Amino acid sequence: MRVKIGGVTSLQLDRVRRSFPSGPTVIEDLNLKVDAGEFLAILGPSGCGKSTLLRMIARLLPPDSGTITTSPQHPRTAFVFQDAHLLPWRTVLDNAALPLELQGVGREQRYAAARAELAQVGLADAEQRYPAQLSGGMRMRVSLARALATSPSLLLMDEPFAALDEITRFNLEVQLRELWCARGMTVLFVTHSISEAAFLSNRAIVLARRGCAVILDRPIDLPAERTHALRSDPRLGAHIQELFAAMEEE
Amino acid sequence: MIKRVLPPSIPLLAVIALMEVAVRQGWVASYLVPTPTAILKAMVESRVELAEAFLKTSAGALLGFALSTVGGISAAVLLSSSRTIQRSFYPYAVFFQTVPIIAMAPLLVIWFGYGMRTVVASAFVVSIFPVIANTLTGLLSTDPALRDLFQLYGASRRVTLFKLRFPAALPQILTGLRIASGLAVIGAIVGEFIGGQGLGSVVDVARTQQRVDKVFAAVLLASVLGLALFGLINLISAITLRRWHASEQS
Ligand SMILES: Nc1ncnc2c1ncn2[C@@H]1O[C@H](COP(=O)(O)OP(=O)(O)OP(=O)(O)O)[C@@H](O)[C@H]1O
Ligand SMILES: [Mg+2]
Repeated sequence: MRVKIGGVTSLQLDRVRRSFPSGPTVIEDLNLKVDAGEFLAILGPSGCGKSTLLRMIARLLPPDSGTITTSPQHPRTAFVFQDAHLLPWRTVLDNAALPLELQGVGREQRYAAARAELAQVGLADAEQRYPAQLSGGMRMRVSLARALATSPSLLLMDEPFAALDEITRFNLEVQLRELWCARGMTVLFVTHSISEAAFLSNRAIVLARRGCAVILDRPIDLPAERTHALRSDPRLGAHIQELFAAMEEE
Repeated sequence: MIKRVLPPSIPLLAVIALMEVAVRQGWVASYLVPTPTAILKAMVESRVELAEAFLKTSAGALLGFALSTVGGISAAVLLSSSRTIQRSFYPYAVFFQTVPIIAMAPLLVIWFGYGMRTVVASAFVVSIFPVIANTLTGLLSTDPALRDLFQLYGASRRVTLFKLRFPAALPQILTGLRIASGLAVIGAIVGEFIGGQGLGSVVDVARTQQRVDKVFAAVLLASVLGLALFGLINLISAITLRRWHASEQS
């Protein structure tokens, strides 16, 4: 039973290249196809170009050559960074409502949407607090609520839980997975944690250190509902083994 | 409160007592250093003249400071808007700062004549640079992830300036203003030495009359003015940054 709030986006990258001045080509002829509604985990060694890839997909950075096509052409995109990156001078509510404010949505409407998302991530009573008064996990949840407030059809996440303690991270993973099940958006999730990639996604890819080519592309066929019980499941272990082997070869 | 007031009061009282004793005992000649009681007497005797001078100097320093604030922040916004503008003009702002104001003051009189306009110009010229420099640093060090976020949601340059770069730079802007407030008082006094009014003129005239007590009284009042301005900026800083900046959280 999937209620599709934000709709879904599919995307395709054809021979995408990108380099930076004073450096070798970071991404060389990358081809990648992501189906609508997929939860794709992206693994790869540090510095291989994962963040660059996400920024290009978000149209924050143009590729040097090659094409990135999405369907619809202008998807509602949201981005979650490694750290929460909230505006410290704004309350939790005003932070969550920021994207809608920037898009010109009226006060009542954007607060209503932001409140709904804050409730979703369990922060309903914290809306008048300031980021400095929150724990790291709470800040990340505000960041998540901010991303969800626009009902994105494409959610790009760049190591969002890397800075959190394990218990907080485990809980947020389950929560994110539930949100994805309920909304059916397309998620691209960059992570350094192999077990996190396998636990969360429906498909995982491993990128090469040089040139950022896809060296492993595997569906993760685990039950749709992912709970903590799954963490000790041997099927998850098998996926982790396979991803780990590919990472180690790099 | 007592803990904050008591420690700095002890050395102050000690110095006052020492001055009194040293001059009375003839260890220091009274035409070099007056006794604190003589300063107090001079203050009471010349209270009308000193009060008028104090108000004049306050007006000159405040006006110059206000112009620096507005001018310095505007200049920094302009400089931060493009690398080319910054490369073309910022070196001159730095150079301008190295021109000694004492050497320029006679020029100001030629341009602006005797009186308030020279005083204001002098206060402005000395105090604008720290506002430009600190504001510019603040505006240029916006978190790149937050800039990405604003771009992602289609915020215009103007909206990004007012909702992101400006508030993020506020702590640095206030640091600039704190430095500028002290300099504005110095600039005003220098302007008054030549422009002929206010506390600067009182000092100048009292010097020719060998009235060290009156010089000290005027200098003391000038310091009080500097402290008051500094306190004002600290108050503004405490109010605006209270909720979110580490510098104002105990
Ligand atoms: N704005 C930039 N200017 C110059 N070089 C850059 C820029 N952004 C990224 N790079 C370079 O591109 C390469 C890939 O960077 P990127 O941040 O995409 O890697 P990453 O895979 O996300 O790494 P990590 O896992 O450590 O986050 C790095 O070598 C980096 O130095
Ligand atoms: Mg990265």
